Formats: sequence, structure tokens, C-alpha cells
Amino acid sequence: MKVLMLGWELPPHNSGGLGVACLQLCKSLAKNNIDIDFILPYEAEHKIDFMRIHSTSPVNFVKFNHQLNVYEGSKYLTTHELTSQQLSYENYVADKALNGEFDIIHAHDWLTFRAGIKAKQVSGMPLIVHVHSVESDRAGGEPGHPMIRDIEQLGLSMADKIIAVSERTRQSIAHDYDIPLSKISVVHNSVDVEELESLDQNNIYDYLTVLKNKGYKVVTNVGRLTVQKNITGLLYAAQEVVIRLPKTIFLVVGSGDQYNELIGLSAELGILKNVIFTGFQRGKAWRDAFDIADLFVMPSVSEPFGITPLEAINYGVPSLISYQSGVSEVYKNCLKVNFWDKNQMANQIVNFLQNDGIAKTMRINAEIELRKMSWDQSAKKLSKEYEKHARGVLV
Amino acid sequence: MKKSITLYLHVHQPYRVRDYTIFDVGKDHDYFKWPENLDNGNQRIIDKVSSKSYIPTNKMLIKLLNENPEFKVSLSITGTLITQLEKWAPDVLQSFVDLVNTGRVEIVGETYHHSLAFFYSLEEFEIQVRMHREKIEELFHQTPKVFRNTELAYNNDLAIWADKSGYKGILAEGWDKILGWRNANHVYRPINTNNVKLLMKNYKLADDLAFRFGDKNWSQWPLTSEKYVDWINQTGDSETFNLFMDYETFGEHQWEDTGIFDFITSLVPMWLRDENNTFTTVSEAIDAYEPQDFIDVPETVTWADTERDLSAWLGNPMQQEAIKALYSLSGKILGTGDWNIIEDWRKLQTSDHFYYMCTKYFNDGDIHAYFSPYASPYEATINFMNAWHDLKFRLIEKGVEV
Repeated sequence: MKVLMLGWELPPHNSGGLGVACLQLCKSLAKNNIDIDFILPYEAEHKIDFMRIHSTSPVNFVKFNHQLNVYEGSKYLTTHELTSQQLSYENYVADKALNGEFDIIHAHDWLTFRAGIKAKQVSGMPLIVHVHSVESDRAGGEPGHPMIRDIEQLGLSMADKIIAVSERTRQSIAHDYDIPLSKISVVHNSVDVEELESLDQNNIYDYLTVLKNKGYKVVTNVGRLTVQKNITGLLYAAQEVVIRLPKTIFLVVGSGDQYNELIGLSAELGILKNVIFTGFQRGKAWRDAFDIADLFVMPSVSEPFGITPLEAINYGVPSLISYQSGVSEVYKNCLKVNFWDKNQMANQIVNFLQNDGIAKTMRINAEIELRKMSWDQSAKKLSKEYEKHARGVLV
Repeated sequence: MKKSITLYLHVHQPYRVRDYTIFDVGKDHDYFKWPENLDNGNQRIIDKVSSKSYIPTNKMLIKLLNENPEFKVSLSITGTLITQLEKWAPDVLQSFVDLVNTGRVEIVGETYHHSLAFFYSLEEFEIQVRMHREKIEELFHQTPKVFRNTELAYNNDLAIWADKSGYKGILAEGWDKILGWRNANHVYRPINTNNVKLLMKNYKLADDLAFRFGDKNWSQWPLTSEKYVDWINQTGDSETFNLFMDYETFGEHQWEDTGIFDFITSLVPMWLRDENNTFTTVSEAIDAYEPQDFIDVPETVTWADTERDLSAWLGNPMQQEAIKALYSLSGKILGTGDWNIIEDWRKLQTSDHFYYMCTKYFNDGDIHAYFSPYASPYEATINFMNAWHDLKFRLIEKGVEV
């Protein structure tokens, strides 16, 4: 099976989870004898031997990402024009589809949809589109950017098959774009334990280490500081937690348009002393933010999948997550709340932090759960979809 | 000597803790009063189980008793269920009294609150056993002579306690590891006891009804009363077939549409058709048959799971911490002499609360085995521990040092 795979980023040159998901998925697909040509819109070095990577523009990732960020399209896209990178990407893909030997086209998220449609038109190959998030997710429940919505509508309508990263996303696609549910299948994201980098001896957060020795507990959030991530909700809950457990620190890792607003809100709620903002982190500072935590919290308003709770448990840290996340469909041994329910959030955080029995039981069971997870299951499901839709086979 | 079926049914409902948060602690002391619109609430469950199980089953049993003079049954009914029936379904409670009034229904003794107190506080355990006995005497005019501990949790120490307390019999799981080459279809004597006798559940025959009856993937499905009687008849070297199970098997665990009611209705006369067959209550079985051997159970055995131990209630750190916290308050709670606080504390001792905290089934995704009003074992623990914090708050309010 030969696949023309259209993506927008791959690690280490990525700005978030989409690149990671594409990389891990392709790695497992390759194990299933799927031959992949992966098309990227920027130029970069990769240490990848299980598929061929092609760049469609000489721009490097940093410059490229600044112009067109896959997650915050609606914010950075100030005009209704497509960028030159996008157009050259489309042309390259169409040429590849016409002249290459492929069985199927697989396009990830809206930025590659136009290229996918064009490739399908020129080659007649079936198109699978893979939805990691829809525009209303990224716009925090608002409709979002009209042009992006147009592109999503077109891609979803033209696709022979749609893959959604969660049931929640599947329902959003059907709801937002009036696509029949029968056309959409769920292939959940996953995590491979051996792929995650391990911790070293010393935690970078010295001050927090000292506090923990004095009986403090740390609650961590890692993610962009945007409406979608609901850090405001977390801060309101934090206020209730701090009243009851003053030795609690909330570590907020990430940057985003709400940065200043959230600092202001912490002060207003009288918990500035208990909230530490680190800004955007990667590498060791990112990993150690999990490591130092007693509890990880992902209170998102909307999370098509949301892999961070699984990364947290890989570092031994249980989670509280919102029901409004795709990962809550597959991750059981964690606390779950509705994102709007700040009292329930506070209730669960307080109980978790003061009851070692809950913490221990959850960690043991969540680690067992994590070890059972693998991208291989997702790749198998996807391979079956490839078989079903590949050229020459009746649907 | 006739061969008998000793049918024993356990009837119980706990007071489930509602969604009780830290915002309720110190303000609202009613842990068990659920909002009326929630299906998991205690009153709603009593309503549902009554109409699905208690009412039709008692109707079936009274008919069987009236039509078959040799039919007998033993019941254990917990205090936590009796008080809920008194409040919300007095007619259902009356139907249990009607059963007992036939003179062929025996009530088995246990703890009033369906607790695991035996393993944490003998004093508290004995109080609850006495409370239960007094309630049974008041309601059914019978004094239990045979004892069963919560979840059929049994060991040598319990047998010695029952012996000293004057019980003639005690019930336990007929687990292979205890029985070895012996079978469960005889009466035995617990090791180091003088008078008490042991009746052991034939878990294969009992679980055919309790767990497998309606399972269409079971190789023996559909189970007919002919086939079942045939299985029993084929079992050699036997005196009493001890069919112990949850009463809620009828209509609740096995829904009416599985045919469970029709099965029992035809089983009873079919078994009695052979004049060498009969039914006995637990006391009658104990009186009728001589102990065949001594039984030694140093480690606690229960009737749950493939492990047959207490791990479903006390297997994870969360459960252990919660139950330890609860019993750590014993002296202080009893010291208040405040009936409301003591009773709330006892309601929290019901084993079901710890079962809801079990992570075993939760991981396997076995939602059928995972019988809980909560979204997860963690939520169960959080509600429970908040109630515990409130108990502590009430102690502090009374000036008790905690």
C-alpha cells in the first residue's frame, strides 16, 4: 500500500501535537508495510528512516510557523488570501499525485485539504482526510475564520472517508459541516511509552522542589494560554483549593494571548502567591513541569484529543481532565469534570491532594493503562480504511 | 435420608452517598439524600428494585410456599434495606413479613449495616449484630440461629466467634481451595469449634443461576429446570445443595425476560416430584446432617470474584485508607452518644461504599460487574471522604479533639 501523506509539521520542527501525532502514526503504519511519502511545507532535517519526506518550499520552520501557524490560523490569518507557501504546497502535491505511484491520499487538517482535493482531482485517487481539530475547536467554541471553515467544508465533502481523532470530533464534524456520521470513523490518538524522553536526576524547578519538601503540593497545567484551554476556570477553582489547602502551587506552563489576563485574574482572586507562570517551555523544562507535579490538570473547553494527560502519567503524574476532551473517551484512571464546573474541579483537586490513597491508586492503575496503549492499534484501524478505499476497490 | 436444596437469598441495599463535595462539608450533613431527578438516588433505586425484583419475587415465593408444603427458603435482610423499605416501600416490607409468617422462611443473622466491622472492631461488629437481631425479632418475631458475615467473608476466627455466641450454624463460600477433595454438599465443622456447623455454598450450581442464567453466550444456555434438576441428581455423595445467592438475582441481576421467574416456579415442583428430595432452611440442614469433616480457613474467604478474597473491597490503597480513616473515628464517634452521628458513621461502614472504590473491574471495562452509581472509583472515594470530613467536622463542633 502506497500512501501520499500530506502534513503540515513533523517533530522536532513542530509547534504542537499535530506533528507528534502524524509522526507516531506514520511510524506504526510503516510497521504494517504501508509505504509513505510525507509532504511538508517547509525545509528541515529529519532523522526518519521509515518514510520519505519531501519539502515543498525552501523556507525554514521558524519563519514558516510565524506566518501560518496550524493551531491559531484564525488569529494569524488576517486576510482572506492564501499564502504563497500554501499555493506552492498544492502545486507540488498535485504534481506528485499525477506522476507518482500511489494508492491513496491522506491529508491531515485544513491546511492540507486544498492540496488533497487538487491531488484527488488530477489523479482520481481516493482521498482520506484526517481531522485533528475543527475550526470551532480552535476558536474556543466560536465559528472561527470563514475561509478556514470554507476549506474544511470543501475537504470534508470531497473526501472519500473522514478520520476523526475522537468521537467528540466526529460529532463536531457532523454538526458543524452537516456530514453524515457514516462517512466518519474514529481513530483515537495514542502514545508509545518508549517514544517519550525520560527524566534525569535533578528537577529544574529548584524552588518548587524546596517547597515540596516543606509539604507543598503542585498542580500543573501545560498548554497554550487561550480561551480553549480554560485556564480561567482552573484559576477560579484554584481559589477554592487555596482557601482549604494554602500549601498548594499551581504551575502554569505555556504562552498565549491570555497570558496577561491570567496574571491579572490570579491577583484579583488573591492567589498570585500560589500561581507560577513559566511561559512557553520545551525539552527539560517541559518534562520537569510534569515531574514536579502531584496532579496534572487539563480543564479545556474543547479538546479534540488532548495528549498531555497521557504524557503526564508517563512521568508518573495522574490527571484531572474535562469531559470535553477526546482523551477522556479512552483514558479511565483519572478525575473528570465538566469544564464549567469549578466547584467540582476544586472538590476533586482538594480531595486528590489530601488523600494519598486516591493518588497512589490512580497512579498505579493509570500506569497500567498507559502501558497498554500504543499507536499500533490506531495504525491497524487506519490500514483497514486504506484497504477499503484504495484505488480499484468498490466502497 | 432425603437430599435437600437449601436455598438462601441475601437481600440488601446500601445508603449510597450522594454527590457530596467539599462545599457541603460543614454545611449540609445529609450525605445520603440525593436530588430527586437522579436515577442513582437511594429512593429511586428502592422503587426500581422493588418493582423489578422484590414485588414479583415475593409474589412468586408466596405462591410456591402455598402450593408446595415442602418448599422452604432462608433469607438475610440487612438493616439498611429494612429502614429504606420502612420509609419508601412499607408494602414491600410487609410482603417479606408475609413470607416469614408462613412458618417456612428462616431469617439469617448478620450485621445491621452490612459492614466489614469484624475485621476492624469486634466491639462495633457485635453491636451491629445485636442491632440486626433486635430488628429481626421486632419485625419478624424470629431470632437468627445461623450467621452469615457480610460478603460471606469467613475465616476460622469468625467461626470461633459464632460458636461462642451460640449460633448453631454459619455460612461460607464452598471454595475449592478450602474444600480440597471434599465437596460443598455436606455439613462441616469449623476447626477449633465445639457446636457450630458450617454450610458451604455450591458456587457452581448457585452461579449458574446468579451469573450465567441469562447469558446467551453460555454453552448451557438456555438453562431449563429439567436440565438443572438433572445436574443435581447426577451429583453423587451429597446431602444438601446450598444455593446461596443475592435475592436480587431474581428480576434485577437476571431480568424477568431471561425467564428466571418461570425457571424457579417450575424448578420447585419438579425437584419435589421425587419423594427422596426436599427443601431445608439453613437451620434444618444443620440439624439434619452430621458434620463430615473439619474445615480450616486461616485466610479470609468471600463469595466474590475469582480470587474469593476481600480484594474487591480492600484491594487498593484508596479503599484501605478510606476504611482505616472511618474506623479510626470509632471511639470518638461512639463517645458522643449522638445517635445521628453514630448512625451516619455506621451507614458509611456498609461494604458497598468500598466496592464502588474498586479499580479491578473498572480497568477491565467490565461495566456489568462494575455496579456503581458513580462515574469512577475515584469519584466514589471523593464523595465518601468528603462525608468522612464532615463527620470529623461534627466531632470538632461537639468539642471532641480529632
